[in-house]
Amino acid sequence: MFDWRWDFTFQILPRLIVATGNTLLAAGLGYAIAVVLGLALVLAQRTPFRPLTVVVREAVEFIRSTPLVLQIFFVFYVGPQFGIRLSPWTAGMIAIGLHYAAYLSEVYRGGLECVPKGQWEAAKSLNLSTARTYFRVILPQALPPSLAGMGNYLVGIFKDTPMLSVIGVAELMHTANAIGSETYRFLEPFTLVGIIFLCISLPTAALIRLFEAWVRRKLGMG
Amino acid sequence: MDTTDVSAFPLRLEGEATPMVSFKKVTKSYGSLVVLDSLDLDVAEGEMVTIIGPSGSGKTTVLRMLMTLETINGGVIYVDGEPLTHMPRGGGLVRADNRHMRKMRSKIGMCFQHFNLFPHMTALENCMEGPVHVLGLAKREARERAEELLAMVGMADKRDQHPSRLSGGQQQRVAIARALAMRPKVMLFDEVTSALDPEVIGEVTNVIRQLVAEHNLTMLMVTHQMGFAKDISDRICFFYGGRIEEQGSPDELFGNPRKERTQQFLSAVKEAT
Repeated sequence: MFDWRWDFTFQILPRLIVATGNTLLAAGLGYAIAVVLGLALVLAQRTPFRPLTVVVREAVEFIRSTPLVLQIFFVFYVGPQFGIRLSPWTAGMIAIGLHYAAYLSEVYRGGLECVPKGQWEAAKSLNLSTARTYFRVILPQALPPSLAGMGNYLVGIFKDTPMLSVIGVAELMHTANAIGSETYRFLEPFTLVGIIFLCISLPTAALIRLFEAWVRRKLGMG
Repeated sequence: MDTTDVSAFPLRLEGEATPMVSFKKVTKSYGSLVVLDSLDLDVAEGEMVTIIGPSGSGKTTVLRMLMTLETINGGVIYVDGEPLTHMPRGGGLVRADNRHMRKMRSKIGMCFQHFNLFPHMTALENCMEGPVHVLGLAKREARERAEELLAMVGMADKRDQHPSRLSGGQQQRVAIARALAMRPKVMLFDEVTSALDPEVIGEVTNVIRQLVAEHNLTMLMVTHQMGFAKDISDRICFFYGGRIEEQGSPDELFGNPRKERTQQFLSAVKEAT
């Protein structure tokens, strides 16, 4: 009953490795979008312009309270009804980027709240502009306390990329599933997928901790 | 919210004896708690005024309002003859907008109880940030000036250290250099020795003594170091309940306080030290 076939394993491995590239690309692109967009979301919530802060706040809550897979479907299948036709990759990146941007904006918010009030006051007393205050004084100090949360979501987005398979992005899960459908063998492809995810997630988490320490040292806050 | 009509206040203060800093009927309250009650206080150019008083008497608020870290509820503050909290518009005074406040803020520098140095910048970078990015100085010029100021406060050899590697007294000296690098006309010292270990208080007070002796800066200081205040101040203001209860020269106020509350406060402070 436990019928593991090594020859089959090695035969499908190259295909899965190529797909791993796609998974990493999807996670990387999605995360890059999320990192930048998340910052925009948190900064928008701190402007004195009330309507904007309320709308962004509610949007973030909405995204965080609904499933990612629904958001992926929504962008991909509902978009065309409004004339927005996107490729699976584009739709997927928008959906997953937006989803994680909402989460990261909350991480940043926590990081920003870690910066003592006195830092804002010192920046003001030196007459620094708002932009300069954020980018040179506050955000660098908000970064170290945000890194652990950011790292969690990096691993999180990586593990969530299989959801993109539902709209046909040829990442790991999609490829393993395709191999299964073609050969009626699911044990090896899905096991390999699990091992590949594990082999990437574990070292990533460790690297993030090293990176955190490095950033603190670099900022003289070690 | 303005609780007083500002139309009675002049658009600017003019004439020979225009004070560098002038509080006119300034009121500050948090809800029903009145922190400052119709405060009138003038500080002449080059004058060193020290504010003393029990906690909650509004001393720190005076400095924070001058630095525009707090808004005011009534009255007008003038700096260098121009309104700080308001600006002239259509023949009257209206609330200062951001631009006006940035312009006026450039005349004022402040040192804080907890230093508030930027922890991710070296001592030198702390002193260059404002001059380069606010005053628009060339990096080289800003660097030379920052080095001069750090040398003045005795921190030249620590210029490449981050604040976390410096003692409290050292951090406060860097903070003084950082504020001076902006070339303010008015310097504010808000309990700058309160967070320091007793043995390093002297290194900070000596820097301030030197500033008083060698520069014509207008200074306002809040402190609990009575001896220090007595030594270097031109005038002492004793605050009580959001008002100036009594003011005068250090000799008058410390040697011969007239009001009962002043006497009580001074004897309580004496007992504690």
